[in-house]
Amino acid sequence: MSKKPYKLEARNLNAFYGGFHALKDINIAMEEKAVTAFIGPSGCGKSTFLRTLNRMNDYIDGFRVEGDILLDGRDIYGKDVRVDELRKEVGMVFQKPNPFPKTIFENVVYGLKIQGIKDKKVLTEAAERSLRQTALWEEVKDKMDKSALALSGGQQQRLCIARALAISPSVILMDEPTSALDPISTAKIEELIYELKNDYTIVIVTHNMQQAGRVSDQTAFFYMGELVEYAKTKTMFTSPKHERTQNYITGRFG
Amino acid sequence: MRLLLKSHLACKNFPLRVQERIIEGLLWLSAVITILITAAIIWVLLSESVSFFSEVSIIDFLTDKEWTPLFAQKHFGILPLVAGTLLTTAIAIAVALPIGLTIAVYLNEYAPGRFKQTVKPLLEILATIPTVVYGFFALTVVTPFLQKIIPTLAGFNALSAGIVMGIMIIPMISSLSEDAISAVPRSLREAAYGMGSTRLQTAFGVMVPAASSGIVVSVILAISRAVGETMIVAIAAGQQPRLTLDPTVPIETITTYIVQVSLGDVPHGSLEYRTIFAAGITLFIFTFALNNLSFWIKKKYQEKYD
Ligand SMILES: Nc1ncnc2c1ncn2[C@@H]1O[C@H](COP(=O)(O)OP(=O)(O)O)[C@@H](O)[C@H]1O
Ligand SMILES: [Mg+2]
Repeated sequence: MSKKPYKLEARNLNAFYGGFHALKDINIAMEEKAVTAFIGPSGCGKSTFLRTLNRMNDYIDGFRVEGDILLDGRDIYGKDVRVDELRKEVGMVFQKPNPFPKTIFENVVYGLKIQGIKDKKVLTEAAERSLRQTALWEEVKDKMDKSALALSGGQQQRLCIARALAISPSVILMDEPTSALDPISTAKIEELIYELKNDYTIVIVTHNMQQAGRVSDQTAFFYMGELVEYAKTKTMFTSPKHERTQNYITGRFG
Repeated sequence: MRLLLKSHLACKNFPLRVQERIIEGLLWLSAVITILITAAIIWVLLSESVSFFSEVSIIDFLTDKEWTPLFAQKHFGILPLVAGTLLTTAIAIAVALPIGLTIAVYLNEYAPGRFKQTVKPLLEILATIPTVVYGFFALTVVTPFLQKIIPTLAGFNALSAGIVMGIMIIPMISSLSEDAISAVPRSLREAAYGMGSTRLQTAFGVMVPAASSGIVVSVILAISRAVGETMIVAIAAGQQPRLTLDPTVPIETITTYIVQVSLGDVPHGSLEYRTIFAAGITLFIFTFALNNLSFWIKKKYQEKYD
């Protein structure tokens, strides 16, 4: 087993949408600076679980969690935790690229600006750094003051990743980040994820088995709100322990 | 549906096609009538104004600083009425925009779903109160109250009329702005929260700017409403055309002047009588321009997110 410390841990986690029991007694520990993939048929609770990791579901009426989620050993649902602070530590990239209807520059520096950073030089440098990290710099450096909505879908998604990176989180959550993109853009994002794991802990939801195989170190298979199997990606894909997992990854259902 | 079927049965010797034709014809007719009436109104406005401007030079009309068509010493400068209109409108918007927008943001970003569903219709009741009631409220409640704070405030003034007009148009701004903010895709709100924004930062840094075209439209429609508002200003603002931006003294708006002359004993067909058409066309140009502006903005910026 790996010697890396655990970055994120869920202990006896249950989640409910009103009366609907969406996550059932999840126990999982995710390594630091590694990529963990969540797979499973649609509706099994992958997004729900991902969104408990930065408390994104807090705003849904009737949503409730029981159990603990530990980030660096600290319960993120604890009373003294501020969600806005938490989300600066745990960034998120969504299924559909969602840049703000602002300029490319304003998008990248948004997170810094809301933290009160106004120094133009600091902002410009941070923007360039994040855009280089996402290999977008060469493509957009001459149109930083153009609307982000004019970029292609793949570029928008990389911009959203750059926007998340700009505030230096330690964890990045990605919910099917390539499902709305073409194969070339997808390949670029996958490459990027591979690089980012040197510095960040990444959790990615994907419905694409090959993608999970290519980018992740660990894979968790969910089925109807339960965590069925969690193992090293290689192990899971070559010798899954459970029949359900086997069926799913060989494409027999899902 | 059942009713429709019945009516079909009742006249079954009447082929469906013919019925449809008749209904279609009626709809067409009512559309045409509406257009004709509008055209007729504009024609009357125009022709009466043309004969007005054959006697009064348009330059005097636009530059003379006095409006005294009913006095012996006649002046036909529309500016005092325009100033009165713009002054009350500006006060109304200064009241309605911050409050309306705050309500819209509150309802959208903070209020629980059920609360929003009760408050929004309640607010819209504000818009159904007859304006004459607002006028009396301005004259008998707001003015005496304001006089305690500003002792020099005249009994009739632009300030209380404007404030009360603002209260009247709050629901217009809050409701339309709330619609505009709700129409912003949820993904943008999530992006903002995902970046560690607080609710306030999300609301004013992302949602309001993203809804800005809708909010601007709501404000323009509110301005157009305020410019055309008659009763409140007629009751509470006085009827003294005065070229001033001082909100504490009596003024007169375009609409009030038209009411004053229409109800007075000015002989039909006289020059004094025609002034109301000149004033009317000025008003029409204002509201027409505003409505077109809002239409244009809506069209230009609407499908930004699709
Ligand atoms: N806002 C919500 N309200 C009620 N039920 C929800 C909500 N969001 C998701 N669910 C339900 O929770 C279950 C898990 O959903 P989700 O986490 O989105 O699945 P996945 O991402 O694996 O496709 C589904 O049955 C879904 O219908
Ligand atoms: Mg999902």
